[in-house]
Amino acid sequence: MPAQALHLSAEETAMLAGEQGPAVALALEVIVRMAPVAGAERLREITSAHIDGCLYHGQAGLDFAERLASLGGQVRVPTTLNVSSLDLLHPHLYRGDRETALAARRLMDAYTQMGCRPTWTCAPYQLSQRPAFGEQIAWAESNAIVFANSVLGARTNRYGDFLDICAALTARVPDAGLHQDAHRYGQVLYDLRGLPEHVRRHELLPAVLGHYIGHTTGNHIPVIVGLPPDTSEDSLKLLGAAAASSGSVALFHAVGVTPEAPTVAAAFGGRPPLREEPVTLAALNAARAELSTTSGGPLRTVSLGTPHASLAEIGQLVPLVAGQTIHPEVDFYVSTGRDVLAQAAERGWVEICEQAGVRFVVDTCTYITPILRHTTGVAMTNSPKWAYYAPGNLGVDVVFAGLAACVASALRGEVQRDADWA
Amino acid sequence: MTQTGPEIHGATQSPGSASGRLLLLTEPLSFWGGVDGVTGRIIDQRHPMAGTLLAGRVLAMPAGRGSSSSSSVLAEAIRNGSAPAAIILEEPDLIIALGACVARLLYGITCPVVTLAPADYATLEDGQTYRVDADDAGCVVTREYSGPL
Repeated sequence: MPAQALHLSAEETAMLAGEQGPAVALALEVIVRMAPVAGAERLREITSAHIDGCLYHGQAGLDFAERLASLGGQVRVPTTLNVSSLDLLHPHLYRGDRETALAARRLMDAYTQMGCRPTWTCAPYQLSQRPAFGEQIAWAESNAIVFANSVLGARTNRYGDFLDICAALTARVPDAGLHQDAHRYGQVLYDLRGLPEHVRRHELLPAVLGHYIGHTTGNHIPVIVGLPPDTSEDSLKLLGAAAASSGSVALFHAVGVTPEAPTVAAAFGGRPPLREEPVTLAALNAARAELSTTSGGPLRTVSLGTPHASLAEIGQLVPLVAGQTIHPEVDFYVSTGRDVLAQAAERGWVEICEQAGVRFVVDTCTYITPILRHTTGVAMTNSPKWAYYAPGNLGVDVVFAGLAACVASALRGEVQRDADWA
Repeated sequence: MTQTGPEIHGATQSPGSASGRLLLLTEPLSFWGGVDGVTGRIIDQRHPMAGTLLAGRVLAMPAGRGSSSSSSVLAEAIRNGSAPAAIILEEPDLIIALGACVARLLYGITCPVVTLAPADYATLEDGQTYRVDADDAGCVVTREYSGPL
């Protein structure tokens, strides 16, 4: 019996027996069933959860959430919600069918009924309260997972549908993998020090490097040496999101940048790397080229903010669009969290952007639900995650470029690319 | 009458009993983006078995792959009756086991998920009929031969 291979505390045994209600018992049964599969011998308490089960994928996800909610389930730790299928603040942006919208709304309601905060963002690390270094958490959403582990130094495995809400309702996860010191050391070396300085400091480097790492590191934890020490959280966000899209990276270390990597030795736990992946200009140019599916054509869409744009990223957009007008043939979207949008509005930034023709999307994202008006033609983005998924999800051709190139192209109505690296 | 081959013992990831014709995949499959949860068809055009229906088959692949949203797609396929009858893996896969576990708890429909040692996994023959009996103690996989030998 899987449960017998596990050492449960007295409280956990009581929870499983239903002493804290049927929702806790059902949720803990799922955790206990999955613990041996994860290789755990016991459970571990967590202090926060982030849930992506609130994005509608079909009836089974809705049935599970409504079952737990109807059994009286209430989260036991502060719990944030990932993007949904709908923009509740701008409902007119949704172009999908009504039946799906109703089911998606029921799903959102079930999660808020269980006490989850209606944050509706894939970037919960941009919220005012975020996990501290070393905190044990249960986060879902690949980009949030890699950011929490790598940049915050909090500890989560790759949780997802079903298991995320079960962890939130029980404050328990299988004690395995990245929750434990021994499994957090780096394994594969990526040394940037041979690259020209202008490439190492280029706006697109974090995204392209992340894409390359995701393709090449496999199940191993990458360690980056030579990333500039002043690399911003927004850049680390793009690096992690790219690596978690092209691969299944849940943790990276950047020596001198991320908290578990003050030195190379600390990042590798004192052991030599399993291997080194060469970071050459040729490899990065190839990775960069993979993020575009076309080189030009009639521009119809620009989409920024995947993962959700931070306040700083919106701030960088403002001077580029202030007093300008987006070309009438181009739809320009910025996806962000509703909390960040409110902060941008307080500064007057939302008004400036909207006057130029920018449309803000909150609570969801432009590549996972029907929002784009043009699903043919060329779309530009500075997000490697959007560039990776949008061609398959939406059918658009993508040009991956920097922020200034995206804006300049949107104003002109035609693709203007950044110069290649040499 | 049905004759059976030798018993192959393995580990249970999610319990249940089923039999069906084996579909031996040479490449791992991600249910999210790779399988239509309504029809149970492999829709990943880059997969060598694209277009194949999973319903009723005993699906064998070395490992799972891809997004954690695969749990939802598998549970949805089990709900729709379009999922494999059983899944045999070499490596434990939390995402696949979770989809089967939740479908069993929600709908009472089982899709046994088991792991076999590589040497045992290597004996599986594509297109032959296998029975999978998995409970919390472990699992037994047996080949079934129909008709007189």
